[in-house]
Amino acid sequence: MINSSLKTLSQMLAKKEISSVEMTQTFLNRIHQFNPTINAYIALDEAKTLAQAKAADARIAAGNAEPLTGIPFAQKDIFCAKGWRTTCGSKMLENFIAPYDAHVISQFDNAGAVNLGKTNMDEFAMGSSNETSYFGGVKNPWNFDRVPGGSSGGSAAAVAARLCAAATGTDTGGSIRQPASLCGFTGLKPTYGLVSRYGMIAFASSLDQAGPMAKSAEDCAMMLNVMAGFDERDSTSLNHPKEDYTRGLAGMSGDKPLKGLKIGLPKEYFADGLDAGVAKVVQDAIVEYRKLGAETVEISLPNTKLSIPVYYVLAPAEASSNLSRYDGVRYGHRAAEYTDLTDMYCKSRAEGFGAEVKRRILIGTYVLSAGYYDAYYLKAQQIRHLIADDFKQAFKECDIIMGPTAPSTAFRAGEKADDPVAMYLQDVYTIATNLAGLPGMSIPAGFDKGLPVGLQLMGNYFDEARMLDVAHAYQQVTDWHLQMPDLKAPEGLK
Amino acid sequence: MALNITDIKRIAHLARLEINEQEAAATLTKLSGILGLIEQMQAIDTTGITPMSHSQDVVQRLREDVVTETNQREAFQKIAPVLGNGSAKQAVDGGLYLVPQVIE
Amino acid sequence: MEWEVVIGLETHTQLKTNTKIFSGASTAFGAEPNTQACEVSIALPGVLPVLNKQAVECAIKFGLAVNAEIARRSVFARKNYFYPDLPKGYQISQYELPVVGKGAVTIQVPAVGKNAAYEKVINITRAHLEEDAGKSVHGLSNQSIEGMSGIDLNRAGTPLLEIVTEPDMRSAAEAVAYAKKLHELVQWIDICDGNMQEGSFRCDVNVSVRPKGTEKLGTRREIKNLNSFKFMQQAIEYETRWQIETLEDGGTIHQATVLFNPDTGETRVMRSKEEANDYRYFPDPDLLPLEVTEADKARVKAEMPELPEVMKARFEAEYGLTSYDASTLTSSRDLADYFVATVNAGADAKPAANWVMGSVSAKLNAEDKPINASPVTALQLAQLLKRINDNTISNNAAKQVFEAMWAGEVDVDAIIEKLGLKQVSDSGAIEAMIDEVLAANPAMVAEFKAGKEKAFNALVGQAMKASKGKANPAQVNEILKKKLAN
Repeated sequence: MINSSLKTLSQMLAKKEISSVEMTQTFLNRIHQFNPTINAYIALDEAKTLAQAKAADARIAAGNAEPLTGIPFAQKDIFCAKGWRTTCGSKMLENFIAPYDAHVISQFDNAGAVNLGKTNMDEFAMGSSNETSYFGGVKNPWNFDRVPGGSSGGSAAAVAARLCAAATGTDTGGSIRQPASLCGFTGLKPTYGLVSRYGMIAFASSLDQAGPMAKSAEDCAMMLNVMAGFDERDSTSLNHPKEDYTRGLAGMSGDKPLKGLKIGLPKEYFADGLDAGVAKVVQDAIVEYRKLGAETVEISLPNTKLSIPVYYVLAPAEASSNLSRYDGVRYGHRAAEYTDLTDMYCKSRAEGFGAEVKRRILIGTYVLSAGYYDAYYLKAQQIRHLIADDFKQAFKECDIIMGPTAPSTAFRAGEKADDPVAMYLQDVYTIATNLAGLPGMSIPAGFDKGLPVGLQLMGNYFDEARMLDVAHAYQQVTDWHLQMPDLKAPEGLK
Repeated sequence: MALNITDIKRIAHLARLEINEQEAAATLTKLSGILGLIEQMQAIDTTGITPMSHSQDVVQRLREDVVTETNQREAFQKIAPVLGNGSAKQAVDGGLYLVPQVIE
Repeated sequence: MEWEVVIGLETHTQLKTNTKIFSGASTAFGAEPNTQACEVSIALPGVLPVLNKQAVECAIKFGLAVNAEIARRSVFARKNYFYPDLPKGYQISQYELPVVGKGAVTIQVPAVGKNAAYEKVINITRAHLEEDAGKSVHGLSNQSIEGMSGIDLNRAGTPLLEIVTEPDMRSAAEAVAYAKKLHELVQWIDICDGNMQEGSFRCDVNVSVRPKGTEKLGTRREIKNLNSFKFMQQAIEYETRWQIETLEDGGTIHQATVLFNPDTGETRVMRSKEEANDYRYFPDPDLLPLEVTEADKARVKAEMPELPEVMKARFEAEYGLTSYDASTLTSSRDLADYFVATVNAGADAKPAANWVMGSVSAKLNAEDKPINASPVTALQLAQLLKRINDNTISNNAAKQVFEAMWAGEVDVDAIIEKLGLKQVSDSGAIEAMIDEVLAANPAMVAEFKAGKEKAFNALVGQAMKASKGKANPAQVNEILKKKLAN
């Protein structure tokens, strides 16, 4: 059951082959068994979880279930969930019990889904390895010496280790797709504005976007049906007509289902810095796509390399401001001892934030400060425009863009922890879509030396349905997405 | 634009982050590396390019001027921090949030 | 050396909306602390702003009222600084692209001493939308929290329109005249309740001095948060004197923000420029550009009342009022509305204007009441004027009726009846009465006939007295003249 698709789980519940309570308990048991090692979850509340499962069973019995009713999901700890401890991976919010629900949480609640718990993450979503979490690192279920990626590392490990049916994540510069690649599952970052950010703790407001992290494209489509939608509380939420993201999946089964599809392969994504093993897996996946009927065409995204400097100006700038509300006045950490107001601010914030968060606040403060704004912030916004234009140009020549998600497979814990610049390069292929606001996906495409490799799909604005179809077509003829780590193997795990 | 230790202390104060000498020195090294990365931007001529703040060209939606919020003071103040400086009491009193004396 | 003072104003007007600028929390004044502080007001993690339509319409109204450019697209920016009454650690404001651009207002500076009254145009630089901060409460009594301040975030997020002028004013009198004019205007167009005690209208005044005849502006100091015209006058006068004395003593002025202490009548430095914050403005990524189309402007314009200047000109043309009377009647919208209502209820414009500016205003001033609290309604006043006009009562009798209505009586005719004020206009009765008066006062008649004109007035007085004031004075005059001519 733990490896079943959401559709299968939904059918099992509908046919009453299993109750939501039983299904939920199965996952909770696995969490008890493996979470102490993996550290994917940082908050569990079984009473709340099982109460939701019971309510879901009643709803199923009453005959008004929706596709996700009764299915247990993991929620990234970046989403405020009323009554749940919501920490965003930070000491600053260690004791913060959210008094309201994020839009995403309400959407899952309304669909009758069950919340299994809150998952670990890089502090305030700042990181690519989950090592900046105040609550400790997360193990990559494929190899416990390796990181799961980040910032949605807890959700990633939970999906890969089958500690949930699926999970939510957020992606500011690759935080859904890079862990999806490193942990071998399917993750989607939607078009900016498709999923409401209300109640999602802000990192970089103009880039943050929530999305599904699941075993397959089909699962992601079902989740996106619940997550996407206009929300009047988020000014950047787009009033896009409601879509059924599963509508095209059934058409992906025949011979050459992708006939006529033009795949763009950006030459900059296959240049220096890409690990050879990863390149090989990605190339093989492209070959598979040609077999499915697609054509490939080389394209250019000339400003790809600049996306990293641009991102490391814009994201910290927004973050430095977004994180100013954590001042120890109304909620969150307040220093135990202080002399005056300024001292209280400085101590509370120095104690409540970890090193990486502080670094980014400092960079952001610096690039916005008097005399530097034009050289850094304004310049970055101008190049952001060039990067978005690159994509506009590219989508004149192709329907979808493909390339690697991350330059390498999962690296060793600690390997890049002390070198922020090396860590930042992890996101070289994912950041540009955030800057442009475009949707991006990562799907499992194979393994290199026993570690998963992801293939990235990038679509035009609101092209999620097509991306999901294209990913689904591949998953109909391959089984990379069904591979799961053998968690019984390592010593001492039980 | 090379950073120095004075810059680090100035921005740390602007950001209200306490930082000691040792931390400032370590931060200087790391931040200089990151700024080196950022400096790559200067190679590009961006004359005449419109800065991009939002990925979609849409305008602000307006909210009707209708009261939708109710009093939730009790729930919101339940999560107020502990006062500190030896007091284990929450930093609220009579519905007000408590902070060290604000001098104007 | 002769000095010239240069003054510019920044006025924070709280906009008249039901809810905050970025959330649906109430803006009602005087609620218990933090009971109107919603999740957005207290800046919980994850909350987001959505702009209030009414606040935008208020800004458009103001822009139209001062003939300003209204930006087709304006942008909200974050002004970053730490303060406990600023829960997000930044204020959402407008920086580079404000909603209202250049405009102007004409002020009337009253006569002072031998200086005559004059008009002057004050240029508006810009007006932008922003959110208000919360309030810090000092001097908490509870011993266990000694040395602490309390933070109330009910006001946090209340919509403000910050109106900035060019440094166009050259005296405290001009600055106060501008502030009063602006105060009246924002109430006239109904975007602000104007309540200065509650902080709905707060002025920051930039003051600098320079040798008269020079162009270069002196270093300015900003007097913060003046909430009465009297204090503004005092603060500017003190600050001007202080700056001149400092310079004459060989000192220099340093840019600073100062506070006015009404108890001492002095200003003192709050923070110097060196301590000034680096606000790190940048466009707020949570808000999209604000668009105001021609259609938006037209729609708002259609809802706007006639502006005071336009109304003044109309009063002169339509009612034949003098410029002075028209200006006085349009000095406040309520006063103008009262006057117009009186006229619309059938009164002639000129007597209506005289009564409104005379008896009505005098009574209101004496009792310190606003016009909309007048016990005599416009309708009642019109009734009264009708009875004067149709000769039912004399002007003097009308004053008695007015007093009675002010005291709470309602019906004009009932009062006239009750007090027996009806004028006698029956010429037969008046003739008979005059005959009696003439017979009883032969000495006066003789004096008149001897050429003493004054005696005529004395005889009129006697006749009026005999009628207990009820005789129509015009008729008495006429008949008396006729009789004496015989």
